[in-house]
Amino acid sequence: MLIGCAAALALIAVTGTLRAQDKNPFAGDAKAAKVGEFQFRANCAFCHGLGARGGGRGPDLTRAQKRHGNSDADIFRTINEGVPGTAMPPNGATQQGVGMTEEEIWQVISYIRSVQVKAPAQPVGSAAHGKELFYGTAGCSMCHMVRGKGGRFGPDLSTTGSARSTDYIVESVRAPSRRLAQGISEAMKEFSQEYETVTVVTADGTKYLGVVLNEDHFTLQMMDTRENLHLFEKDKLRSYEKSRESLMTAYDQKMLSDKELQDIIAYLMEVGAQ
Amino acid sequence: MRSEAIVRRVKRRFLAPLGMTLVMRVALLALAICGYFATNICGQVTSQRLLESAKEPQNWLMYSGDYAGHRFSALEQINTSNAASLVPRWAYQTMGGGKFETTPLVVDGILYGTGQDDRAFALDARSGRPIWQYQRALPSDIRPCCGRVNRGLAIYGDKVFLGTLDSHVIALDAKTGNVVWDVTAFDYRQGYSITLAPLVIKNLVMIGVSGGEYGIRGFIDAYDAATGERKWRFYTVPGPGEPGHESWEGDSWKIGGAPAWITGSYDPVTNTTFWTTGNPSPSNRGEGRAGENRYSNSLLALEPDTGKLKWFFQFTKHDEHDYDATQVPVMVDQGDQHLILQANRNGFFYVIDRASGKLISANPYAKVTWSDSKDASGAPVARKDASPTLDGNRVCPGAAGATNWMSPTYDPQTQLFYVTAREQCDIFSTAPQPYEAGHAYYGSAYFPNDDTAPFWGALRAIDPATGKIKWEWKHPSPTWSGVLSTAGGVVFTGDAEGNFIALEAGTGKALWHFQCGASVYSSPMSYAIEGKQYVAIAAGSALFTFTLP
Repeated sequence: MLIGCAAALALIAVTGTLRAQDKNPFAGDAKAAKVGEFQFRANCAFCHGLGARGGGRGPDLTRAQKRHGNSDADIFRTINEGVPGTAMPPNGATQQGVGMTEEEIWQVISYIRSVQVKAPAQPVGSAAHGKELFYGTAGCSMCHMVRGKGGRFGPDLSTTGSARSTDYIVESVRAPSRRLAQGISEAMKEFSQEYETVTVVTADGTKYLGVVLNEDHFTLQMMDTRENLHLFEKDKLRSYEKSRESLMTAYDQKMLSDKELQDIIAYLMEVGAQ
Repeated sequence: MRSEAIVRRVKRRFLAPLGMTLVMRVALLALAICGYFATNICGQVTSQRLLESAKEPQNWLMYSGDYAGHRFSALEQINTSNAASLVPRWAYQTMGGGKFETTPLVVDGILYGTGQDDRAFALDARSGRPIWQYQRALPSDIRPCCGRVNRGLAIYGDKVFLGTLDSHVIALDAKTGNVVWDVTAFDYRQGYSITLAPLVIKNLVMIGVSGGEYGIRGFIDAYDAATGERKWRFYTVPGPGEPGHESWEGDSWKIGGAPAWITGSYDPVTNTTFWTTGNPSPSNRGEGRAGENRYSNSLLALEPDTGKLKWFFQFTKHDEHDYDATQVPVMVDQGDQHLILQANRNGFFYVIDRASGKLISANPYAKVTWSDSKDASGAPVARKDASPTLDGNRVCPGAAGATNWMSPTYDPQTQLFYVTAREQCDIFSTAPQPYEAGHAYYGSAYFPNDDTAPFWGALRAIDPATGKIKWEWKHPSPTWSGVLSTAGGVVFTGDAEGNFIALEAGTGKALWHFQCGASVYSSPMSYAIEGKQYVAIAAGSALFTFTLP
């Protein structure tokens, strides 16, 4: 029986019909999931984290609800073709990895299924209350935009709910300086710019405090706290100081309770899933 | 038969009516025949020209500019007092995607380069206008590890030589780009590819293979430039019965990696060619390949005519951090000392005796945590607790190394060695996986370590006599650009932010920069046309050149 199964799988591999299937040929196969875990570590974990729980770069894949489709065929497509407009590249197109075979992609899907939370991750909070907090007393919208509404100073959070793990969002609110948010990613550049804090004093003595939008050795592009853009040549400045202490307030329990934070996350997840 | 007929025809047409002396006739005849056959003995670029590249600084005859691996240009028109006025002269667009890693050659007014996906091209080096273009028809299932890249050509006679991603070695006619010969080095389906610029020594075209991420068995080959016939192969992983075979556990040697993916150098005085090798496979997992794993991460001294090994020096034994030693070995003479200098990916700057392979010194030039002690010879030894673990272990330098394949330069005027250093630590985790031919075979994964962010880089000027850093130029993020030094006292490099930068060689002071619009993944070079000095750099999809106004 076992030999028969293996032979059948080998035949499928040879004839290359795996792709045509909508169902994972290794579904529920614990051994395939283990192999898939190692493939995941080599090819996916760089952005999605060692346990698929999401990193600073890629979303938490242990959630039952996947932003770009939940079926085996959807996930296969997402891995194989990437997601245009996001950091998710087509299989084999990263500079880090070398690409997986179709069989290996199915094994990775087996692994993702094996670590997926059993019940659909229903947000524990109230999205409606989260929205009220976001645009009201929590003050999030003073700096962050969701779907075109809100401030410009911090990252746009329209897709954050689907693109980041809950742990990551909690950490970003409670300890924003621990891992700075990523800003602009330039084509061909290995690392994204981060939301670093910068204090500039121009030649005439004017002082600006804000975030770095981009920079190189010679120039600086920044936004000040009043959302004004400033473009500088560094050698013309009187002084220029960068810091990895985020300008975002670290929200403690007094400013935002765990319950309120869960409500905001529920709101972000709701918006992100749309 | 054919040549006799040609000789008769040439005589009839050109010589008989002219009433030349016999000597004149013979000389002219020889030229005519050479022109007709384009043979190696008579071809444009002779072995002598390659040996004496220093005599023609207007040309750039091989990947590193000379056999010593100096990447130094003796041109001095662009100097510290006028570099600020450099202007772009022309750009050539390959329209290729991904990293553009070429160092072009320039020979007698023509520039020969390669692009992504194994393109090759010849341009009018004054105007950038193409003379011919070649595109390799690559199969869809090639196995490059790190981009569909190529670093350049070699030239000899009237041919240029290209190593391809489907693991072929190809000779193209230098005037037309026509394929003269095309040989298979190895079956690419098993994970072999070629990305380096070949090195020509005498009449031999030398290449090494990439594929350390696929469990290949690495090798260095030499091919007859005239015919493509393979003259020898040196396996960088010794087989049964060969010295060093015992440094591999069981059958692990068969898939031991040790690719040789960066161009070597050559010492004509001792007739020795120096090549470097990359990681043992799988790169980040030592389990299953107990032993020192020779000749991975090594410097090899080979006899170029036969491929015989004279000596070796292994930088990182039983490597578990992907510390390929594939950095151009730089030959430098200090007094009566004949040395090889290498700023290694593992973070140490090594000085090695060129005759014996004995280590003279090893000093860190970037942050290092994988080693905290040295053996009796002074060679850094790996810490026991630096190995990757299932949950991840933070080690510096990270997997991309303290430097990588981008070329360093040695400036004989300042007597400084300049190298691009990367300051990035990674978390190394294991991921045991079975070997399957042609499949990626890392054994692990690595991640940038958020705690040590932001990562950064620097161009560092190292005094080889002391191993001390004389000055550094900080890069905002880790950079993949090589370095060029010039007799004008100007050092050129690029950065990940897209700048091409001119610095004062003695002090590191910035003189000039130009925004190329894409990260630089290449090493600069320089040439001259009718007395005008050009500096060239590949970035994005474009090759840029710069001159004084």
